[in-house]
Amino acid sequence: MASDRIFGLVATLLALAYVASATQIQTSFMQDPVGPKAFPILIGCVAAICGLWMVVRPDPEPTWPAAKTFGALGLATIIMIFYAYALKPLGFLLPTAITAGVLSYQIAPYVRSAVLAGIGLSAGLFILFKYALGLGLFALPRWLM
Amino acid sequence: MDLLANLALGFSVALSPYTLMLAVIGCFLGTIIGALPGLGPSNGVAILIPITFTLGLDATAALVLMTSVYYGAMYGGRISSILLNIPGDEPALMTTLDGYPMAKQGRAGDALVLSGVASFVGAFLATVGLMVLAPLLARVAYLFGPAEYFALYLLAFCTLGGMASNNQAKAALASCIGLAIAMIGVDNSSGLPRLTGGSLHLYDGVDFLVAIVGLFAISEVFVFIESHGKNSSIGVNLGKITIPWKDIWETKWTMLRGSLVGFIAGILPGAGASLGSFMAYMVEKSVAGKDGGFGQGAPKGVAAPEAGNNAAAGGALVPMLTLGVPGSGTTAVLLALLMTLNITPGPTLFTDRPDVVWGLIASLLIANVVLLIMNVPMVKVFVKILMVPPAVLLPGVTMISFVGIYSLSGSYFDLLLMVVFGLMGYVFRKLDIPTVPVILGILLGGNMEDSLRRAMTLSDGDYTFLFSTPIAIGLWIAAILGFVAPMFLRNLLKKPQAITD
Repeated sequence: MASDRIFGLVATLLALAYVASATQIQTSFMQDPVGPKAFPILIGCVAAICGLWMVVRPDPEPTWPAAKTFGALGLATIIMIFYAYALKPLGFLLPTAITAGVLSYQIAPYVRSAVLAGIGLSAGLFILFKYALGLGLFALPRWLM
Repeated sequence: MDLLANLALGFSVALSPYTLMLAVIGCFLGTIIGALPGLGPSNGVAILIPITFTLGLDATAALVLMTSVYYGAMYGGRISSILLNIPGDEPALMTTLDGYPMAKQGRAGDALVLSGVASFVGAFLATVGLMVLAPLLARVAYLFGPAEYFALYLLAFCTLGGMASNNQAKAALASCIGLAIAMIGVDNSSGLPRLTGGSLHLYDGVDFLVAIVGLFAISEVFVFIESHGKNSSIGVNLGKITIPWKDIWETKWTMLRGSLVGFIAGILPGAGASLGSFMAYMVEKSVAGKDGGFGQGAPKGVAAPEAGNNAAAGGALVPMLTLGVPGSGTTAVLLALLMTLNITPGPTLFTDRPDVVWGLIASLLIANVVLLIMNVPMVKVFVKILMVPPAVLLPGVTMISFVGIYSLSGSYFDLLLMVVFGLMGYVFRKLDIPTVPVILGILLGGNMEDSLRRAMTLSDGDYTFLFSTPIAIGLWIAAILGFVAPMFLRNLLKKPQAITD
């Protein structure tokens, strides 16, 4: 109940913000009858109606995980963001081993198998990508090479 | 005969040793992708697209590889359904109902072989159906103007929303989110940026591959972290495999009926393989009556959904190739592949690029035979692969997704966007909001707006032009019906619950 209501409200507000920013779209001197604004505004309005509908007629509450699991999900998100930034400057091997290891530990909490999964995936995928598929990856940070 | 000449052209493209090798690799990968719980056909194909793209395969080769994966995943889904009582992908859900009980009776090998043969029959008949029906539909599609295309896109969103979700508002919201994302970037007609928030990264728009990989593959990782991979119990043992000729012979009509039902379900926009297997199972259940033993390990209950599922997979290619409107999540991903390869699906594809279309169809036929050979004697190999623990598989999937997207653009921004889509996919799944309409919206949004604007330019701003031809009116009525009717049919179409131990 509450989840759907909150989501519906957020969706409605975002949709209205979308409509508002759609009205600011620049138009050019070459104009077709519809123009670049109409379709986004239409979509935003339909989305706002759907959001309001979710507020008025919510579905039963889904089973949300415990707070600890939310922590694990948050950590997984942070490590993926780290990976997104680290892949270019730090090379493939090190960030991949760390990220794969942490994700593996989040799914099954065994330290030893997580470490092995991290190292194994990092090395195995590097060989696969670099030599079998020929992608242009760097193994190590550039300043080391 | 036109058909035979076309087929000969197709086989001349598809029978080169190189493409044959790609078909075999695709079938093998596809079966693994389908069999592993947590890697369905849509996310499996999605994470492979960026990689095939960076490999620099030409259009035909890439299509052969990916459609082999697509058909293979449809075959593979049954393996974990039967052995572990976990559907490897969504359409295989119906196979658990009779497949797992059959395996518990010690007939796991029989169930695997029977379902493999049923998959072959379904996929083969559907490919034949595709060969016959697609050129006809392509001829009809020439009559479509922008007004008709606008109505057709609307129909796809409406039926997909109506069928795929339990709540129309949520499905419509998901479609709108996808369409709204598609609007970001430089406007096609005026050449001015729209809704980018001033960010230069967004001038090119949001790449649909980023969204697909995020929503399908990355969100799966979050789901597994939540469940701690608990859904990966060790299933029943598999003994020596023999071919159950008797069961295969007795289920011949079941397979034929299942294929027909599945094919029709697959053609309907928005329905796809899940509906195909569901309908095929329900039809057989009512044909067999109460004494059919459905739900307790009836061979017919294994053959019907597998034939239906694979036939629907072939049927879903008909609207995708002829009209450019995908019928399911996986065909949406295949449409994304075509767009990455710069091939515009639609009626002109059949006249302009017959080598692509008929090469694709021929490779589907080849893939199907390869899959039958792989899935009957070699099924034990795939059973071994099922033992890969999720704690290794899911991080591996994440890394492949990251490297795939990274090798497309080389920018960290797309990777961040992918993580955001992954989180979005997780929240959507928790709230029972379907994610496929989001993908469809991102894929089709630009075309949908273009056809609306072109229609309005033709009619000089007269909105009644959208309803001016019989085809357009028919599509509008079908769209409204497809959106509204499932509300009333929901009680009728309730899915049977899977058996729990």
